[in-house]
Amino acid sequence: MNYDVAVVGAGVIGSLIARELCRYNIKVALVEKNNDMATGTSKANSAIVHAGFDAKPGTLKAKLNVEGTALMPELCKTLGVPFKPVGSLVVAFSDEEVETLGELLERGKANGVPGLEIYDAAKLREVEPFISENAKAALWAPTAGIVCPYELTIAAAENAVVNGADFIRNFEVKKIGFDGNEFTVSNGENEFKTKYIINAAGVYCDEIAALIGDTSIHTIPRKGEYMLCDKSVGHLAKHTIFQCPSKMGKGVLVTPTVDGNLLIGPSALDIEDKEDFATTAAALSGILETAKKSVPSLTTREVITSFAGLRAHCTRDDFIIEPSEKNSRFINVAGIESPGLSSAPAIAESVRDIILKSASFEEKADFNPVREEPVRFRHMTNEERKALIEKNPAYGQIICRCETITEGEILDAIHAPAGARDVDGVKRRTRAGMGRCQGGFCGSKVVEILARELGVEINEITKFGGNSKILYERTK
Amino acid sequence: MLNYDIVVIGGGPAGMAAALKAKECGVDSILILERAETLGGILEQCIHTGFGLHYFGEELSGPEYADRFIQLVDKQKIEYKTDTMALEITQDNVVYAINKKDGLLEIQAKAVILAMGCRERPRGALNIAGTRASGVMSAGTAQKYVNIDGYMPGKKVVILGSGDIGLIMARRMTLEGAEVKCVCELMPYSSGLTRNIVQCLDDFNIPLYLSCTVIDIHGKERVEGVTIADVDENRRPIPGSERFIECDTLLLSVGLIPENELTRAVGIDLDPVTSGAVVDEYRETSHKGVFACGNVLHVHDLVDYVTLESQTAGEGAARYVLGKTEEAEYVTTKGVNGVRYIVPQKVNIKNDGDVKLYFRVGQVYKNAKTVVKYNGEEIISKKRPRLAPGEMESVIIKNDMLKGFAADGVIEISVEV
Repeated sequence: MNYDVAVVGAGVIGSLIARELCRYNIKVALVEKNNDMATGTSKANSAIVHAGFDAKPGTLKAKLNVEGTALMPELCKTLGVPFKPVGSLVVAFSDEEVETLGELLERGKANGVPGLEIYDAAKLREVEPFISENAKAALWAPTAGIVCPYELTIAAAENAVVNGADFIRNFEVKKIGFDGNEFTVSNGENEFKTKYIINAAGVYCDEIAALIGDTSIHTIPRKGEYMLCDKSVGHLAKHTIFQCPSKMGKGVLVTPTVDGNLLIGPSALDIEDKEDFATTAAALSGILETAKKSVPSLTTREVITSFAGLRAHCTRDDFIIEPSEKNSRFINVAGIESPGLSSAPAIAESVRDIILKSASFEEKADFNPVREEPVRFRHMTNEERKALIEKNPAYGQIICRCETITEGEILDAIHAPAGARDVDGVKRRTRAGMGRCQGGFCGSKVVEILARELGVEINEITKFGGNSKILYERTK
Repeated sequence: MLNYDIVVIGGGPAGMAAALKAKECGVDSILILERAETLGGILEQCIHTGFGLHYFGEELSGPEYADRFIQLVDKQKIEYKTDTMALEITQDNVVYAINKKDGLLEIQAKAVILAMGCRERPRGALNIAGTRASGVMSAGTAQKYVNIDGYMPGKKVVILGSGDIGLIMARRMTLEGAEVKCVCELMPYSSGLTRNIVQCLDDFNIPLYLSCTVIDIHGKERVEGVTIADVDENRRPIPGSERFIECDTLLLSVGLIPENELTRAVGIDLDPVTSGAVVDEYRETSHKGVFACGNVLHVHDLVDYVTLESQTAGEGAARYVLGKTEEAEYVTTKGVNGVRYIVPQKVNIKNDGDVKLYFRVGQVYKNAKTVVKYNGEEIISKKRPRLAPGEMESVIIKNDMLKGFAADGVIEISVEV
């Protein structure tokens, strides 16, 4: 197969870049080493759209954050992805931290962040009733929001595929050759050719760049652990609540999610293993203790799951979005740590602009930017539900009780463009298994439906591809 | 809009027993809503025996126990809808439910009986550290894979939690050829029935580690092992006691939670200890005409007790529908000093029969007494050679005693050593 552009890595960055490039009459490949998109950094992060006052003025982070955040609401609407403009608060607990708020305000103004305001303690408690009594003041940022990062990634990748891109899963790029005109990209078994490569491989950006001899990138996986709480305590935070930042990041936050849960985290620890998604007792108890400083009524009682994600921290300490010095048709999109999700829409546009400097791609007349929002039975009125089941009875069968997910929605997830192939893929697309029982009841039904729809035995279905199988052989 | 006198939500042992009793009491218009493909509830996957010893005086398997009731439901021509999920109960007892055939159902009920059962506590609720590898599941999920689907979910197994499902699955997995390395129990005693410890662990030489828990899960794609550690009296892991156990599967049997999402949405008062509704002796909740029974009310150790309790609820719902309820003056019940909870939480002193109180203790006691006091005065005392959290206790308040109580009085049950 021959492509014009191959994007390596189907995270939120790669998927949005692939979609952006599908506006042109070119052949785009979105290449992913795992069984699905959104399986690395994009599935496990704070899910925050930052206002943009954190980054140092003049950095790419500062510029693209503010631009990306401005693009996000409309993009989410176009792609049928939940986004909520809840706004954020940075809370100060000491006089020293109150001063920090002032600095953040000034920095935000320099970065062009609209609407920033300092709230005193009374005003803070009025807008955030469960905040600690020790809170002295807060920086209010109305443009901040929350988004579902994996849904955004999936929607972008689906829309890219609908507009002609190939989604190539389970293709781990191991070798890249260049003949002066085209790259040959190989996983050791299969290969394809492409004129451009976008390196959006997250924590693996350094290793992918090294395949063309570019050793300028040093990625350090920075692990962040989170706890997700039941919807019954979703009311404890109305906005994203930050504490004052440190040099390791923006600290532990407490935030509502677009689905109405409460998210606490992250910790921050630099590690070596790029596949180390294990949570640790120390980090989990640490984030809870720190989070309680903001919202003292938090307990572990309502925790329904915990998880870890890896930030693709780079030693340069800013986004790296530029052609490689080794090959101008190999574009690095590296070091995309926070505010990477917020910046993603703007990063996609800036990568497009970099390519268009050297390539003359023709705009596609029939590009369709819209990805219809999937059926979400749980959000429908009874009248809508009635009409829906009449049209398609599969929506009359509840599979996931906790989240009210129907068989019809699971079928949609499997048969979507670049659809789900494993249990976690169904979960990310539909929320089946994300509720308080965490798949205890619906897990086996999802396995059954996947096997039936994909035409395989149920013991071939995996949790997330590879050797993550769920069942062994038949019983005696 | 459909109209029924009684809508029963859940067609497991609780729902069926309640419906049958209501029918017996003279209510003909009854509809059972069941979310699974068949009636029977979780019993359908419990193919081991031990069911029915109290109620039928014989030992049955789960499906056999359920079948006796399914046959009666058919014989009594009680209507039911399977593959049907109740989504909402309104303040006026309208039940919304869906299935593939009928689409959205809107059912006006005079009385509603909640019999939705319970679910297992997941890993997340325990916050066990480690990877997200495949191979961590609740014991009940594994039971379904083995007994219903006919597939093995693992070969080398560690079980966390010595609840009855965990114990049963230790034996079941062993019989199917898996190697069960151990059962770890956080508490210094098992919460399972003694007979299950003997028949499921001892008979197969499976070690039970008390005051021990899983603190880490290893393996990137499939589980490759767990780290277990002993815990101190505050249930905190003891440094230095950690050991690695190679396994491909971790089964969790760490507690059951009544499924009260519908109940909560109606605004019914819940008991924070049982996680079920606050009920009177007929199992009527704080919402008029809504009754609750079985594991949705409180987690039972024996299905026989579920059946008995549900018959009480069925009778209560029938009395309500038929307008036979007497005026009510309540005393409340309260578990103190070792008694974690009592069901029912309140009793109508105008009731013209005896009332049985069910209760559970918080730890293991030997040679103790259970003492019932009314407004501080001892009225019943029973010697008990052994009391354990896994085994439900009961005491009967005779009607003549009840007649001597006054409104707003308090019945306390305690353990005295």
